Amino acid sequence: MIWIVKNLWLIPALPLFAAGIIAVNKQPKRKLAASLAIGSMAIGFLLSLCAFAATLGHGEHGMFREVFGFNWIQFGGQWMDIGWVLDPLTAIMLVMVTFVGMLIFIFSVGYMAHDENFMRFFCFLALFASGMLGVVIANNLFLFFVSWEIVGLTSYLLIGFWYHKPSAAAAAKKAFITTRIGDLGLLLGMVWLYAQTGTLNFYTPEHTGCLEAVKINAMLAAPPAAGFAVVTAIGLLIFLGAVGKSGQVPLHVWLPDAMEGPTPVSALIHAATMVAAGVFLVARVYPLMSAGATLTAQGAPVTTALTVVTWVGAITAIFAASIAVAQNDIKRILAYSTVSQLGYMMMGLGVGGVAVGMFHLITHAFFKALLFLGSGSVIHGCHEEQDVRKMGGLNKFMPITFWVYFAGMLALAGFPLLFSGFWSKDEILHAAHGWSVSQVPFYLGCAGALMTAFYMTRQMALVFSGKYRGQPEESHHGHSAHAHSPESSAQSHDPHESPAVMTVPLIILAGFAILLGFVGTPAWPWFDGYLTGEEFKFDPSKLTEPGTLGLMLASGAIVFTGLGLGWFLYGKRQRKTAAEKDVLEAAQPFIYKLLANKYYIDEFYEATVIRGNAFAAGLCDFADRRIFGGAVLLVKYITLGLAWLYRLTDEYFVNLGFDTGCEALREGGGGLSRLHTGRVQTYLRVIGVALVALIIFLIWGRKA
Amino acid sequence: MLAWTIYITFFGVLVLMLLPRDNARAARIVALLTAIAGCVAAFAGAIQQPHPGEVATITKLDWIPAIGAHYYLAADGISLVLVVLTGLAAVSGILFSWNIEKRTKEFFAFFLALIGGVYGVFLSFDVLLLFVFYELTIIPKYFLIARWGSTRKEYGAMKLAIYSFVGSHLVLIGLIAAWVVARGQLGHASLDLMELSKVAFPVAFQYWVFPLVFVGFAILAGMWPFHTWAPTGHVAAPTAGSMLLAGVVMKLGAYGCLRVAMVMFPEGVKMWQGEIACLAVAGIVYGAGVALVQKDFKFVIGYSSVSHMGFVLLGLATLNTIGFDGAVLQMFSHGIIAGLLFAVVGRMVYDRTHTRDFNDLETMQLGKLLPFAGVTFVIAGIASMGLPGFSGFVAEMQVLMGAWAVFPKLTILSGIGILVGVVYTLRAVQNGFYSDAPPRPADPDHPLEPITRPERFGAVMLIGASLVIGLFPGLLMNWIEPCFTSPLSMFGRLLVKGVSQ
Repeated sequence: MIWIVKNLWLIPALPLFAAGIIAVNKQPKRKLAASLAIGSMAIGFLLSLCAFAATLGHGEHGMFREVFGFNWIQFGGQWMDIGWVLDPLTAIMLVMVTFVGMLIFIFSVGYMAHDENFMRFFCFLALFASGMLGVVIANNLFLFFVSWEIVGLTSYLLIGFWYHKPSAAAAAKKAFITTRIGDLGLLLGMVWLYAQTGTLNFYTPEHTGCLEAVKINAMLAAPPAAGFAVVTAIGLLIFLGAVGKSGQVPLHVWLPDAMEGPTPVSALIHAATMVAAGVFLVARVYPLMSAGATLTAQGAPVTTALTVVTWVGAITAIFAASIAVAQNDIKRILAYSTVSQLGYMMMGLGVGGVAVGMFHLITHAFFKALLFLGSGSVIHGCHEEQDVRKMGGLNKFMPITFWVYFAGMLALAGFPLLFSGFWSKDEILHAAHGWSVSQVPFYLGCAGALMTAFYMTRQMALVFSGKYRGQPEESHHGHSAHAHSPESSAQSHDPHESPAVMTVPLIILAGFAILLGFVGTPAWPWFDGYLTGEEFKFDPSKLTEPGTLGLMLASGAIVFTGLGLGWFLYGKRQRKTAAEKDVLEAAQPFIYKLLANKYYIDEFYEATVIRGNAFAAGLCDFADRRIFGGAVLLVKYITLGLAWLYRLTDEYFVNLGFDTGCEALREGGGGLSRLHTGRVQTYLRVIGVALVALIIFLIWGRKA
Repeated sequence: MLAWTIYITFFGVLVLMLLPRDNARAARIVALLTAIAGCVAAFAGAIQQPHPGEVATITKLDWIPAIGAHYYLAADGISLVLVVLTGLAAVSGILFSWNIEKRTKEFFAFFLALIGGVYGVFLSFDVLLLFVFYELTIIPKYFLIARWGSTRKEYGAMKLAIYSFVGSHLVLIGLIAAWVVARGQLGHASLDLMELSKVAFPVAFQYWVFPLVFVGFAILAGMWPFHTWAPTGHVAAPTAGSMLLAGVVMKLGAYGCLRVAMVMFPEGVKMWQGEIACLAVAGIVYGAGVALVQKDFKFVIGYSSVSHMGFVLLGLATLNTIGFDGAVLQMFSHGIIAGLLFAVVGRMVYDRTHTRDFNDLETMQLGKLLPFAGVTFVIAGIASMGLPGFSGFVAEMQVLMGAWAVFPKLTILSGIGILVGVVYTLRAVQNGFYSDAPPRPADPDHPLEPITRPERFGAVMLIGASLVIGLFPGLLMNWIEPCFTSPLSMFGRLLVKGVSQ
């Protein structure tokens, strides 16, 4: 076993350790906190690179996979193991999470510089990273769930970081509860999986893990439950966990609200890592999801579980993209875009397999982290303004941010050939096109791609082109947590470029947003080969195959249409003031309103789930106060009534009889007492009479 | 060694009674030393036991030979877990009542008398002895609430006492019936649990006696719909009283269910298994629902106890090893976590602010004024929600795993309780400590007393216990698991084989 496999636990343990040290430090030592957190991620990144290098070689089944585990507890007569697995899936996620995480940590030093709770922020960030890395390396659904919950909890803490903002407090609660709904599915899936297979280990050296052929086949042979094959039902329950964490419809509602957290948090949690954890989960348990599959013509498996994944993903992709078109908060646009892109990833997993979905996950992590951090830089520069209508012309004030943001935007929009997003999205569309079940997801995906290009151009145009529409006077009415120092001059009311600690990470991310696409082109599908362990070679002719080329041209055309439309409506024709109506709003007020209000899903949940829950809880409370409390009171009154009745009985029957008896006794006693006169003569007389009587009795009585 | 837990504690009561009336400091110190000594004895005795899976006799003396009663103390792994829990609860309860000024020595005397009775129940293997100790706990409970409590204390105390007595009468009736039948079968009078656990009572007899004894005990475990004593009792009790009520007294009920009712009438359990599970899940969901809409901070915790104890009962109803493991572990876990929650609400918050109404607390910014209390409550809340890393998660998960094999639908339903648990806990955290409501200016004349050292010790101890067991559940599982898997197990008749896999 290679040393890195044994020591893989260090990667999540280091940030955990850093978080612990920061937490017990009472004095505000900002430098220490930041360097601990960043340092732990940097070492983690180096270790991840070692792990990555180790997985480049091939293992026994064409793919490198080694596990390390030890017994944790024994219950129900069996040992529960804790352990980790190193395979390409783990390694690529490790590298991504540590690298992007490190850049985001560095960015946070600048972004949170003025916050009074700087220490707490880094403590939570490090704890989060630890949980996320735990998710990545876990070789056991149990350990996976443990880390998954740490991730959820720290996400709650970070979204609610500025808890004195009512919206932040509410958003944190919403995020935690919504994801917990999904987690419940995951928990039940886990319990069921354990009941079926007797293990929660993914892979074991003896090949008896729950994702390995032996157990999968055993599950396939089990009798169906509630109309589903057992393996499908378990897969869907686990998928529910992914739906919650990855913000898929219908549990997507928390993700846009989560933007109330500090922007680096949005970048780290709600773009690059945590939300991707759901996609990663599906990728991890893919053998379970694809068990008993029939293969399509392209060799992609089709099962009920994967079909559900595909449909949920496709619907989420178009649904969220359409909402993003009508949002005005710079972070909310990105948030809905994230939801939409996560939908693409799910769809990719469903139609094409692990490599297709994961490739988009990795490229998206880089360009979306870039966009979020870029938006953080914009917000920072505009004095906490988040409304795109009040921006404009920022390319003059913050050129670096502009250029890197432009790169990120083109990557997200899928600008052909040059940017990573194009290659990864194209692969998904390509797989969807060949999907045998239905062509609808493919068309939904294409429509989503058009909207993506459109809303990103709209955002770009509103933020960076034209004239600055911000009101300097208004800028200080933002929230106080991030107030600038009072000595800042009047000059600072203009937007300003962010410091190097913030822009350098952006530049690095931008580089990857462009370059990363080239590891997974049809001509050189290194990524696919790496994850699946299949052989591949460089073959440029693949690019010009009719199916591939046609699709690439079509998708390129779609992107250009979106970009052009966006530029035509928002770039060419600049809005004059912040208050002016949106172009779409003027044209289609009804649809725009529907989209701007997110299809009223929140209101719908408010009216049904939340109201229903509150009603049920109120009913229980009523039952407790009135019915059970009433029953207790009833018993009390019955007891009191009985006691009263007894008293009456006592008084008038028992006592009456007793009293009568007593009276008679007393009277009798009184009569008898008359005999006790105390006079000796009387006693003697009585004795004399008694003696006579006795003698008479003895004489006469004997005869009888 | 373990028997010393009982003797030391009652000796402490005696010493307290002999102390001068006005020396509160001496009373506290005596009480604390007694509790620590009891706790150490519990730990030492538990560690010394070489085979936790077997019942190790401590003492067995004739008591009332005519009816077969013995003074019979013994322990197996389950007793060990609960005795250790009692030791921890005793020490932390005293730390969190350090500020009691009213009749201090009497308070601690009652407190220790209750603890002594609880130790006795967990170590008795004679049914009559167990019952006597069980009854012994009711009196101090009553006085602790009625004298040192708050919020309708007489009502709460009386309700608790009556519920307890009703429960114990059901138990008594059932046990007398069982004694008669057992005498017929054994040929001699016996109240020895080990003997009774081998008697095969007629099935028809078990059918009606089992529910009697089970419900009698389960009332004290807060089984729905006999739970209403719990929230009112918890709220009315002084802090240490609520900590003990939730921490150990509810465990007495659950322990009685397992050790007496289920062990003696295995066929009865199997006939009523489904009903018990239904009531357990009803308690889980219902308790959580009611907790969600409470305005009084302490009621939230009180109802959450009902919900969490539902998992214990659900685990018992599974009749498989995993479920039993989870139930016993959940007893320990809930004892620690509920104790901590009550300590924060009762001692750290209520004793300082004199309000438990969320509407008032919201404006107080307690998260800033009492940061230690805030962080402690957040951690306790995380543990209570059943998040990994704390003992509750391991326990509830085992219960769910055990339950899934028998009642999959009910298991899903109990998930709703877990979800609502998250909601009410977050609500309590945010309304109680980290509210977004506009703050009310603090009263400069009456600043909040900072968190004292005994409180810090107590909180750290309880958090530590939950965390250690959450991370290394093996420490307790090594005691619990063999009780059910060993071939000599007294629970062997209960386990339904072949279902769990």
